[in-house]
Amino acid sequence: MVSIDSVEAFFNWAVLNGEALFDAITYVIRIVLDALEVVFVSTPWIVIASIIILLTWLTAGVRMAIYSSAFLAYMGLLGFWEKAMTTLALLGTAACLSILIGIPLGMFAARRPRFYAFIQPIMDFMQTMPAFVFMIPVIAFFGTGKPAAVVTTMIFGGTPVVRLTVLGLRGVPESVREAAISFGANKWYLLTKVDLPLASPSIRAGINQTIMLSLAMVVVASLIGAKGLGEDVLEALQYANVGQGILAGFSILFCAMILDRIVQGGRR
Amino acid sequence: MTPETVIEISHVWKIFGARADVALQAIRDRGLTKAEVLSEFNSVVGVADVSLDVKRGEIFCIMGLSGSGKSTLVRHFNRLLEPTDGKIMIEGTDVMALDPRSLQKFRNEKIGMVFQNFALMPHRSVLDNVAMPLEIRKVPKNERLRQAAAILDIVELGAWGAKFAHELSGGMQQRVGLARALAANPDVLLMDEPFSALDPLIRRQLQDEFIRLSKILKKTTIFITHDLDEAVRIGDRIAIMRDGKMVQVGTAEDIVMHPADDYVADFVAGISRLKVVHAHAVMQPIDAYVSAYGTIAADARRVNASETLSTLINLAIDDENPIIVQDQGADVGVITRADLLRTVIEGTEVS
Repeated sequence: MVSIDSVEAFFNWAVLNGEALFDAITYVIRIVLDALEVVFVSTPWIVIASIIILLTWLTAGVRMAIYSSAFLAYMGLLGFWEKAMTTLALLGTAACLSILIGIPLGMFAARRPRFYAFIQPIMDFMQTMPAFVFMIPVIAFFGTGKPAAVVTTMIFGGTPVVRLTVLGLRGVPESVREAAISFGANKWYLLTKVDLPLASPSIRAGINQTIMLSLAMVVVASLIGAKGLGEDVLEALQYANVGQGILAGFSILFCAMILDRIVQGGRR
Repeated sequence: MTPETVIEISHVWKIFGARADVALQAIRDRGLTKAEVLSEFNSVVGVADVSLDVKRGEIFCIMGLSGSGKSTLVRHFNRLLEPTDGKIMIEGTDVMALDPRSLQKFRNEKIGMVFQNFALMPHRSVLDNVAMPLEIRKVPKNERLRQAAAILDIVELGAWGAKFAHELSGGMQQRVGLARALAANPDVLLMDEPFSALDPLIRRQLQDEFIRLSKILKKTTIFITHDLDEAVRIGDRIAIMRDGKMVQVGTAEDIVMHPADDYVADFVAGISRLKVVHAHAVMQPIDAYVSAYGTIAADARRVNASETLSTLINLAIDDENPIIVQDQGADVGVITRADLLRTVIEGTEVS
């Protein structure tokens, strides 16, 4: 088939010519990933567990802190601790990078309807295209391993933060902006003192969604060599091991819930 | 430009649409109407050839129905909107010539604006809202909060500084809006239908409060309203706009007694003349009276030319003899009961 050949030719060309770009991306991912791995994996468990419980307590209250210590105990006692931390480091990297890129991108796109109209179909594509399809070129570009897993996760989970940042900024009442302008506000003041504070509930929701979607990618990411909880699920799938699969699945759920409550908690 | 004039705008046009310049040229060359401009250029005429000047300390009301271009016009004074053509001078500054940075400084220092829907920042306390213009001016925090608190006291909201804006009622929110506009101590106040969103009782209360404040502060004010009653109560002079054009400019009495066209006359019909019309507008010349009815008694009551119609009516109830009008000590005219009745019935909608 000619069309298949031409798509393949394009990707071969991209692999050959984009090496510098892909190396640079890998390098950035590595920096964040290494830092997070130091935090999550190399730090003694008691420190991490205390910090997580303290954080949930501060943001979501005592009740959630008790729940989260129960969740952490579950992971620790059933032997998922280390894998959970690896997963958190990996997905944390993906989520952090998504947020770091997504919020400025959203800010840029919010007042530029044509630019947003241009990136919207791209984001639709990123979100709906089955992960297994874009994993093939990702492996071609980045090889297997953690950076590839981070990229795959970012493609799938990176869009909500952009969309919700745009939504939030567009929802800032025009009258309030006009008032600030009429009192002589410059662009920086408008952005930092009016737009971002008023859009922040929506932006937070976007961050939250990005974290959740990133966690949903944990099993798929383990297919291309990311260690962690996904690996256990994958293994259980291969051997039809229902018990292991469900236990590991719950660990993923608990990771998600803890993160969600920490991020959401601040909203109240 | 006399030294008294604070705001002077001349031949300001605003046409919304991609081909505003072409549309404006076509209007000038061929005299197109608003509808023709819309169909031919897909452009909307917001403001059409408006010129006006406002004196220092004056409250200048711009009155018109929605869509008449009054809010559009007022946004040109601080260049929230760019005019398609025309000249805008405020305090001797050519506003059109300012670069972005000077424009920000100009807006911050010279102009305070109050908005119909209050436009307060919901995530900030009342005090922080009022301090906003000073914050933009980079006044240190303690100093600006102190000044903001002082202004809040003036609008009698001193105790509410720590609340969030949305916790206040509409009337209070607009007082915060007014305090914010005053905080920067601007030369000019722009008020864009400030009381329109409030219920009638609160509106009346705020009008009174504003009249009281403006007597103290003596700020040059542009006051936009769709309510002629409000314009008559508040404005020293009133401009009536229709379809982007200035139909008539004058004092309340001018407009009520001599409406420029049927459109203005329609508006004026609903206005009570009692407080608006003064003795000098009701009186007839003494000579004409004397030749028709004979001499006036020497002990006839005398009133000043600036007495209102309501005072005159009260005088005429007790005694049906004619009243003599004086201006600076000289007798200038005479008012009979018939004159009063005629003035009242002319200005009343009978149907």
